[in-house]
Parts: sequence; structure tokens; C-alpha cells
Amino acid sequence: MREQLSFRIFRWVVLVPLGLFVVVPLYTMIMSALKPLRDVQGAFSWWPTRPTLRPFVDIWSTVPLAKYFVNSLIVTSVATVFSALIAVFASYAISRYRFRGRGTFSGVVLSTQMFPGVLFLLPLFVVFVNIDRTLGFTFLYQTRVGLILTYLTFTLPFSIWMLASYFDGIPKELDECARVDGASALGALFRIVLPTARPGIIAVAVYSFMTGWGEILFASQLTNADSRTLSVGLQAYATEANVYWNQVMAAALVVSIPIVAGFLLLQRYLVAGLTAGAVK
Amino acid sequence: MATTLPGRAAAGKTSRGGPDPATPPTKARRKWLSWKRSTPYLLLVPAAVLELLIHVIPMVVGLWMSFIELTQYYITNWSEAPWKGLGNFTVALDFSGPLGRQLLRSFGVTLGFTVLTVGISFGLGLCAALALQRFGRGRGFIRTLFLTPYALPAYAGIITWKFMLQRDNGLVNQLITNDLHLTGNRPFWLIGSNAFVSVVVVAIWQQWPFAFLMTMAGMQVIPDEVYQASSIDGASTWQQIRHVTLGMMKPINSVLLLLLFLWTFREFNTPFVLFGPTPPASADLLTIHIYSSSFINWNFGLGSAMSALLMLFLILVAGGWALWNRRISRDA
Repeated sequence: MREQLSFRIFRWVVLVPLGLFVVVPLYTMIMSALKPLRDVQGAFSWWPTRPTLRPFVDIWSTVPLAKYFVNSLIVTSVATVFSALIAVFASYAISRYRFRGRGTFSGVVLSTQMFPGVLFLLPLFVVFVNIDRTLGFTFLYQTRVGLILTYLTFTLPFSIWMLASYFDGIPKELDECARVDGASALGALFRIVLPTARPGIIAVAVYSFMTGWGEILFASQLTNADSRTLSVGLQAYATEANVYWNQVMAAALVVSIPIVAGFLLLQRYLVAGLTAGAVK
Repeated sequence: MATTLPGRAAAGKTSRGGPDPATPPTKARRKWLSWKRSTPYLLLVPAAVLELLIHVIPMVVGLWMSFIELTQYYITNWSEAPWKGLGNFTVALDFSGPLGRQLLRSFGVTLGFTVLTVGISFGLGLCAALALQRFGRGRGFIRTLFLTPYALPAYAGIITWKFMLQRDNGLVNQLITNDLHLTGNRPFWLIGSNAFVSVVVVAIWQQWPFAFLMTMAGMQVIPDEVYQASSIDGASTWQQIRHVTLGMMKPINSVLLLLLFLWTFREFNTPFVLFGPTPPASADLLTIHIYSSSFINWNFGLGSAMSALLMLFLILVAGGWALWNRRISRDA
């Protein structure tokens, strides 16, 4: 199909400025991470005149970045695995069974998506503090367990919704055949439905991981020096006296690489899963 | 098994446009407690327990908290906090008092922020998706590039912007004063009234790729035959975009706009990373306003009352959207 000249002009008028808008911060991040501290304190320079890899070495000692990294990795991975598993069960029930309370459950789960995190943060804070007080030891408040439970639950509603619509797209006859052949409900789920739904599950896992890895609000109140995650820990490069901008940029780059690489590898699943519900 | 679906479930299903509900797997069975009947409930138990513990109970607690005087003296023995009735709400909504005025200003700032961010993000996403339609070689690369801000952890992107917006050593001031000579003295971007511009721009940077992603997906499902038919009828590229593409994308666009509105209205990360827990007045978004009244001033009762009001507003928005959406789809 021939395109009009005006459309071809429009295309470039859109793509070039947008490309610059996207790229400039990424460029700044990479270039500034390669500069010595002196060069990020004076006027901004577009090119590192004295390129160095020192910031990538220093980030690990200025701030206990490795500890934050491990914390983030543990919290996010555990939350992701359990979130995906629990979402698989729940969305299988929603997709394959008609039962009393099904509508209520879906309604409650979806409506939690509408409410601001702050709304949950204050009560959660109070609930955690008081559960710990009742138990007599710190179990939830400012621990990784508390953060895992929080992240896990916050990714559940969207994961359930996404997976349920994915399961809806898998013909019911598949698991009915398995049931006729003598498989249990769980057997049918694990042997027949799950392998078919792999893209959907990957999408849900990527979504949960990205959400947990980038979360700030809950991490800022529900962690302490021992359980701190990257999102809050990264702000520690700014002290009263000085901001180590080159190290901030290096650290931002380092913590972004795993997640961006994962996203790029798995993006087609995420795109398919994200849009499955909305487009159908 | 009785299969009369609760009305809400049926309505929810159709509004999401999912496929037809599956038929029940078993015939009616008289026994109340059978393995087959309880299977769906057993599958739901883990999710239900967690939702109850982390979502439902805190929500109830939160509503209850908004009626008591929960200040720093009562945080650990909250059962002894005195009952305040509607006192917290009266303080929050008393627009002649300082706290009420601050809340009203914060609401105005948030509304302006949300409308600008959602509008521009949606516009950019739609334009980019249109421009990349039938782009040919390099399309995948550009798409990936455009999605990168979305893949980046929020704080990594925002903290980079914070560096770029620094007055003395930031890229933005270098560009506008030294390279382009647009202004003589370097403006402040993170304090004063400019902070509003900064928070909007940074929020757009993070949000628009999502709008792009969704509009692109929406365009993919429009069948080629529709375009072919319209071009046989002599439609120009622009007419096709206006009547075919945008027309067929109405449902997905309306869902997208609601989602963006709800998400942006409760945006926390951008102002928190840019300005810390106490942002300048011009960028004092509601969630961070609630956050600092609660955790900086330790007045949880007031904070909860303000969250409850925020929740009420979002419910009204979503409800209004549902009504409007029903009218649109009925007219269509």
C-alpha cells in the first residue's frame, strides 16, 4: 500500500524526537558511570574525557551494595516463584470451574488493584508491628519474610487475571481428555495445562519479578539495614556532604542489567500475556 | 452443581471481553461435601489467605484507623488509641485550616499531574505505534528501544533524571544554558515551581512505553482486510488512521486510559526518588503527601483518613468510567 508523503514525514517527526527522549537518559547513565568523581561534580560534559571503570569497583564498598543485591534477589525470586504458583492454582479454578463465590473472589481481587499502595502501607505497618509483638520476636516487620509476603500478594491479582485469560484460551477438551484417562484435577493441571500455558506463566513471572525488583514504597518502610533492597539502598550514595553521581549511575546500570536483559529476552511473552486480557 | 453465576461475575467477564465462560465440568450432584465440589475452593485457598492477610484485613484496619487518634504515642499499643469519630476527616476536609488547605492543594497538583501525564503519554504511545505500523526493517529494534524505560527498574530511571536535572552539574542546564544559550542563569529544576514540570516529564518518560505497548497490541489485531477494503474505496492514509485504526481501537483505548489514570493518580516512585519524602509544594502529589503526613509527622489516623478519601475518589472515577464506557459501547 502506498503511503502519502505527509504520513512519511509524520513518521520521522514522531520517531526521531521520541528516540532522543528515550535515549538521552540512558546515554547519561552509561557515560556518567565511566567518569571519575571530579568530572560529574563540575559542569556536565557530553563525553567522558578521562574514562575510567573505577566507579564499577567503588560501588561495592561505598555502600553494602552486594548485600542489597542479595536481599533484592532473595525477596524478588521467592515472591515471584510463589506468586506464579499460587496464581496458577487460583486462575485454574477461576478458568475451569463454576462455583459459588467465584464472582466475589474475582471482584475483590481485581478491586484491590484500584487502591493506592499507601492505603495498604499504613495498616500493613501496624498489622506487622502488632503480629510481631504478639509472637514475641521480629517475624514480619522489616524482615525479608514480611517483604516477600507483601510483594507476593501485590502481584497476585494481576497475575491471576492474566493467567485466567490465558487458560481460557486453552481448549477445555485437553484437560477433559486427561481426566477421562484417569488423571486427577491436579494431574491434568500439571501434566497437560501447564506445559501448554508456558508463555503465560513466563509472562506472569516476568511481571512479578519486574514489580518486586523496582518497588520502592513498601521497601522504604518495611525494611531495615539488614533487609534493605536495592530500590532503597541505591539512595545511600548521597551523603550529607557529597553525592557520588558516577557511582550512582554505575550502580543504577549494574542493577538494571539483569532485569533489562531478562525483559529483552522474554519480551514477546510479556507482550503477548499483557495484551491477552485486554485485546481479546 | 448450581451454575447460576452471580451477576457481577457475568458482568465483569463481558466487560473484560473474555471468551465465553466454560460449561461446568460435572453434572449436578446432590452431595454437599464432595471432593469434586471442593476442588476449586482448595485451589483458591492459598491466594485467598494471602489476599485476606495482606489486602483485605489491612484495608479494614485502614478504614478503622481513620476513625481513631493514632499518633506516635499509640503506634505499638494501638488498641489504646482514643476514638476520634469523624475527627480525622473533619481535619482533612476543613479547607480553611492549614492541613485541609494542604490536602486540597495536593489534590489539585495531583489532578494536573495526572491529566498531563496520561494525556501526553497516551498521545506519544499512539503516535509511536502509528508511526511504526508497516515500518519494515528496524521495527523490532526501535520497539525494543522504546520499551527500555519500561523495563528499567523505576528508581534507576528516575535517579538518572535526578542527576540530569541537577542545577550545577546536570545535563538539562548544560544543554539549555551553555549549549543552546536559551537562558542566562541556570534554573533550579528540583525545587520551586519548576519541580512540577520535572515530575511530569519524568513520569511521562516512564509511562509512555506502556501506552505504546498497549496501542501497538491493539493495532495488531485489526485485520488487514479492513485496510485493504478501505484503500480500495479510496481512503487516504490519514482517513484510514482516523476511521479504521482509531475507530477499531476504541475499546482498548478506553481501558488503557482508565488504567493509566488510576496508576498515575497514585504515583509514588517518581516524586519520592526525585525529591525525597518531603517534595516541594508544586510537586506534592497525594500519595507522597499522605506518606509524609503519616511517617514523617507520625499521624497515622489523619493519613488513613486521607487514604480513605483518595480511595473514594478513585472508586468514583472508575465507576464514572464504567457508566461512560457502557454508554459508548451501547452507542457503537
